[in-house]
Amino acid sequence: MFTKLKNYKFWFVFTPYFWLVAFFFIPLAIILKISFSVSEWGMPPYKDILEIDNSGDFILNITSGNYAFIFSDFFYLKSYLNSLSLAFTSTLICLIIGYPIAFYVAKSKPKIRNLLLILLIIPFWTSFLLRVYAWKVLLQGNGILNLILVKLGFITEPLSLLYNHYAVILGVVYTYLPFMILPLYGYLVKFDLRLIDAANDLGSRKINTFFKVILPLSLPGIIAGCMLVFIPVVGEFVIPELLGGSDKLYFGKIIWDEFFVNRDWPVASALAMSGILFLIIPIVIFQISYAKYNFKNE
Amino acid sequence: MNKSFLKYTLLGIGFTFLYFPIFALIIYSFNESKRVMVWKGFSIKWYGELFKNEQILEAFYISLKIAAMSATLATILGVMAGYSLARISKIPFRPFFIFISTAPLVMPEIILGLSLLLFFISTNNLFGLPSSKGQMTVLISHMTFSVAFVAVIIQARLISFNKSIEEAAQDLGAVPNSVIWKVTLPVILPSIVSGWLLAFTLSLDDLVVASFTTGPGANTLPIVVFSKVRMGLSPEVNALSAVIMLVIVSIAVGYYIKIRNRSDVN
Repeated sequence: MFTKLKNYKFWFVFTPYFWLVAFFFIPLAIILKISFSVSEWGMPPYKDILEIDNSGDFILNITSGNYAFIFSDFFYLKSYLNSLSLAFTSTLICLIIGYPIAFYVAKSKPKIRNLLLILLIIPFWTSFLLRVYAWKVLLQGNGILNLILVKLGFITEPLSLLYNHYAVILGVVYTYLPFMILPLYGYLVKFDLRLIDAANDLGSRKINTFFKVILPLSLPGIIAGCMLVFIPVVGEFVIPELLGGSDKLYFGKIIWDEFFVNRDWPVASALAMSGILFLIIPIVIFQISYAKYNFKNE
Repeated sequence: MNKSFLKYTLLGIGFTFLYFPIFALIIYSFNESKRVMVWKGFSIKWYGELFKNEQILEAFYISLKIAAMSATLATILGVMAGYSLARISKIPFRPFFIFISTAPLVMPEIILGLSLLLFFISTNNLFGLPSSKGQMTVLISHMTFSVAFVAVIIQARLISFNKSIEEAAQDLGAVPNSVIWKVTLPVILPSIVSGWLLAFTLSLDDLVVASFTTGPGANTLPIVVFSKVRMGLSPEVNALSAVIMLVIVSIAVGYYIKIRNRSDVN
């Protein structure tokens, strides 16, 4: 099959192909397999799907019980919905905060623009973990934010700002904001400012110009930014772990606990597979149909 | 309301939001007290502690080593994959190849980490390889998701650059191999550099996948930092943040001066 390709082309296709099949595709197939196997005490903590018993007969150990279990227990569904709602809320907030920033940075004079762009990229290059940790420091009971609020007289007693889902949203918005701003900036900077003047000259009101001209033309940037925030946040583990409390559980944390704490590998695998089914596949379908839609309109 | 007033207010609030936590952390890194939040006076004591902390230093070294190797190898594989996607039509099971080379971009890292760990355990049961988890398994995992990121960057560059330049070279008598080396490669070189840098940062920054695939002697910096801050605050981590910020800001300032001078010349 591969031999049809000549000289260098063979290696160019074959090397990454082999790598991704071996270390991306086969591992997914393995989780799929384990998600259908029966748990047991021992190492590894599940039965082999195909076993040969003493008399030489094959025994098939397949169960859909792991899936039945996670779908019947509302706990798992709720944590997944919590993750979706976290991803949705924080994507929306990132868009509302990020759009004006991206817009004004893109509209600045080139010299200031380069400086602002670098200022946007610096947090992006700073360690993700340390930026989450920074909020853990700020939100402490005796942290800076409480200190400022007390000094300003808004509150008399320090608030408990940490370990709840508001802190998680704040942490997510903070760490993922650059992922929203940079693609938006990428589209807005290519935007011809004369289009705004043209719309204004033709008598369009400002708000109308924004919704009819600026917004549609930056739509690809909005979609790219929202994807870059939404997708990883659904599986986010670190931020809920450092800033969140017990008021809401999230999908990433559930998989982590199921694997490391409960050591129930089949259930952890079934959760991971469901995540792929309900998150990745809709996104891939959306991407393909969106690409087709764009293609038709060009 | 004045238009530029609105503009500067919004930009000011936005950038304050981005930088305030980082600056607060840097200020606290000079706090003498072991209890991070209680200010006892200015001191650089925690920087001394940081540079004496064997665990953090070793983790930092391991992280740099894995990141450099992962970025280099993933860039080689990613360039090949990106080139294949953009330029080679006769790939066997092409849609499948597109799927496996782009899906790692959208795969939650927790699922990626879990699948790789279960994979390593299975291959260990079947073939005895890898004999134990460690730097090698973390390296393989980091390479796997980085390849997809590099491939996407290279593919985008190759699609945007006109194929007819390569065809012109071929018409002028260049053999396929020399077209690649003399035409294609120089054009995509900036993308290769940004791909390498992205892969390097992704590896250096990764906590979740590394937590799954790590083993004895392979505690990367994020793993050590996470274990220190999971339950509370750590003055050494404050100092570490300040050092990392210093390094990144110096690189950024250097880069800014470079591009400013370039635009002055133009």
